[in-house]
Amino acid sequence: MAKRYAKICATVAMVAAASVTVDTTHGTLHHGSSGTYLPVKGSITMATVTFDKASRIYPGTERPAVDSLELDIADGEFLVLVGPSGCGKSTSLRMLAGLEDVDKGSIWVGDRDVTHVQPKDRDIAMVFQSYALYPHMTVADNMGFALKIAKVDKAEIRQRVEAAAKILDLTEYLDRKPKALSGGQRQRVAMGRAIVRQPQVFLMDEPLSNLDAKLRVQTRTQIAALQRRLGTTTVYVTHDQVEALTMGDRIAVLKDGLLQQVGTPREMYDAPANVFVAGFIGSPAMNISTFNIEGGFANIGGNKIALERDVIGRMSDADNGQLILGFRPESLDRVAPNTEGAFPVEVVVVEELGSDAFVYGQLPQVLAAEGAAVSNDGQVIVRVDPRDVPKKGENVWVKIRQGEQHVFSSATSDRLSDAVTTDKSATV
Amino acid sequence: MPLKITGAVDPELLDLPWSVPLETWPKDTLAALPRGISRHVVRFVRFRGRVLAVKETVAPIAQREFDMLKELGRMGAPCVVPFAVVDGRVDKKGEELPAALVTEHLQFSLPYRALFSQALRDDTLGRLIDALAVLLVRLHLLGFYWGDVSLSNALFRRDAEAFSAYLVDAETGDLHHGLTPGQRHYDIDLARTNIIGEMFDLQAAAELDETVDPLAVGDRIEERYKELWETLTAKQTYRENVRMHVAERVQALNELGFDVAELDMTQTSDGSELTIRPKVVDAGHHSRRLLRLTGLDVQENQARRLLNDMDEYRALMGNEEDEVLAAHEWLADVFEPTVRAVPREFRRKLEPAQVFHEILDHRWFLAEKDPAVTMPAAVASYVKNVLPARPDEQSVLGQEISVGDDESGTPREAPTVTTMIHAWQSLPRTGQLD
Repeated sequence: MAKRYAKICATVAMVAAASVTVDTTHGTLHHGSSGTYLPVKGSITMATVTFDKASRIYPGTERPAVDSLELDIADGEFLVLVGPSGCGKSTSLRMLAGLEDVDKGSIWVGDRDVTHVQPKDRDIAMVFQSYALYPHMTVADNMGFALKIAKVDKAEIRQRVEAAAKILDLTEYLDRKPKALSGGQRQRVAMGRAIVRQPQVFLMDEPLSNLDAKLRVQTRTQIAALQRRLGTTTVYVTHDQVEALTMGDRIAVLKDGLLQQVGTPREMYDAPANVFVAGFIGSPAMNISTFNIEGGFANIGGNKIALERDVIGRMSDADNGQLILGFRPESLDRVAPNTEGAFPVEVVVVEELGSDAFVYGQLPQVLAAEGAAVSNDGQVIVRVDPRDVPKKGENVWVKIRQGEQHVFSSATSDRLSDAVTTDKSATV
Repeated sequence: MPLKITGAVDPELLDLPWSVPLETWPKDTLAALPRGISRHVVRFVRFRGRVLAVKETVAPIAQREFDMLKELGRMGAPCVVPFAVVDGRVDKKGEELPAALVTEHLQFSLPYRALFSQALRDDTLGRLIDALAVLLVRLHLLGFYWGDVSLSNALFRRDAEAFSAYLVDAETGDLHHGLTPGQRHYDIDLARTNIIGEMFDLQAAAELDETVDPLAVGDRIEERYKELWETLTAKQTYRENVRMHVAERVQALNELGFDVAELDMTQTSDGSELTIRPKVVDAGHHSRRLLRLTGLDVQENQARRLLNDMDEYRALMGNEEDEVLAAHEWLADVFEPTVRAVPREFRRKLEPAQVFHEILDHRWFLAEKDPAVTMPAAVASYVKNVLPARPDEQSVLGQEISVGDDESGTPREAPTVTTMIHAWQSLPRTGQLD
């Protein structure tokens, strides 16, 4: 097993190291999101994807599985649909693929309404991470056989297969049998099958779910790099927010069939639009709780946390004198006991990760009893210096760094404060 | 995490070498069955006289497929029977190993590659495709979207002149209340693409007859599926003789082996026309009737053949009145003496019902020369002249079948001897034994 990982590591490194070629004779130039120029297909087709108030309502149910989804995906963009189980992300993807009916609204690819078009006529490819490869066929034939079925000219097939093989670093294996390939190379042949078809849009539904944890991390880097080199519009579904943050140009978060927010990973991290997104994006999760507001301060058992005047001004009567406050684990500084605006946290578990350490703690019972619970179960997560880690049972005093509070309406759960930039934002 | 087994109630499953990657399991645990094309490591394992299929994958996927197969089985879908999920595997050094899904191997079932390595009768390929089309229609009627239809992902059992197909790999599938046309069309399109790919692969291995056109084989599944789906689900409108038309439609569906659960009837506003749409439940009309009458659990076409013979017997005996009594007599006088005349050493070759079907064929062949040939004479001739040349198909053990997916390059496992043959032991005993 360990040997197999080593092999795949090596191939991933090769993909990352391969240079991006600029082909001015065959393709036009696409200004990729990462700032590099990428070769794209000969003719200019704008493969944008538009969900125009698209809904899916399963027969016999009242609540739509996907409710009036409005989403514009740019040409060449890598968009990730993310959310908890049952949020409608897979259904949205399948509506685009033509596997689910669109009961209201429409779906467009470029300037073409595909709402009622058969799946195979949509010029969209569902990409599976692992196909079974045909053992007696060469790698080239394994990649190109769908074109042969579509009666594409032989020379054209060879050309497309060679181009895909170049991108996938499989050129030297084209005339070999799959038997000669490593696990990672086989997976790339499977990707090659979709690439040679040159679809307008790639769709991927949890493609890493059948891989173990180590391989998943390696493969996600590989897919993201590959997509940027191809510049093909891609819609990717996952339940894993870390996968979403690391792969997507933009992320769309869904819950209960409703789109919560769309934005770049950084926007989602710095300015979550509501409490749900705030709690969903980021690992470890943001600390979130409801506080009584008195005289412009949030009150944690007598310890007062100052809030910005603008934010207080955005409160409404419906908030009933309460606000929801969120702060990320890295937004807490350890301070001397009884410092103004600070509060104590009792250490329950310390998670040491080498470069980081996290305290999973709770407010002392005295404070919790006064209704100052932080996050639903009273848990507080604090990032601490890994070289100065407190002991279990110890009390540490922490203070929210100036301007690093996320404030939400207690009535609507919507964001009231401006975006927050922490030292971790840059790495997202 | 300690080794965790869910599903199976058999503690002996713990004795299998779970701390070793499946690829390197010792030969003496393995059964040398032909393997299909798979994206995972799959091996067949001998276990208490049975054969189990073990597939390595990640735990959530294994559990999901286990649950899916259980649910499909409960709904009466033709699929393999899930046996267990094994999770928490570690090797001797404590490194994690993938989880495993364990399913029971279908006795007397054959992967399509095994059928290609045998001397093929005409149109075996066509009959395989037809069986797959029937399977796909049945699964779609149940609301199952397969997501990876192929010959490799099915197993085939002989079923009189035809084959019956069984779902083996449900990993990519989903159950819905009903399928959208998009889901059905996508499945058909995948089936076509995968089957053509499989034909290309046989071609590359020089195992496909030169006269076979892979594209035509792929087109056949699409045509057969559409024909069958149309017959089973189409709306029809009648102006008169409605009662007769409805009866005819139901009978036609029964002939095809499907039972009708409900009929949706809609009258036009002026009352002059009636539109009917049958709601077909499942195939197995004949096999259910045979099971009810005789306790024999066989496949659809075999059941049809056996029922025909039983009906003939009943007419001949003049016992038109009591179907159940006649069935009992037929079982005791005809079916059992016939299959029990097959010597023990030949019983691994074919299922009893398939043997019976072939003997009926053989008798028909003999009758060309001697119209008065009796059943015992036909049996004796069949056992002497036909059966010895047939390969063992009970679990295709020890056969050299070129699957070509043996990445390890190690020699094939030694042939396995299986002594317990459930299908033969489960014959109802009515007294007249050999």
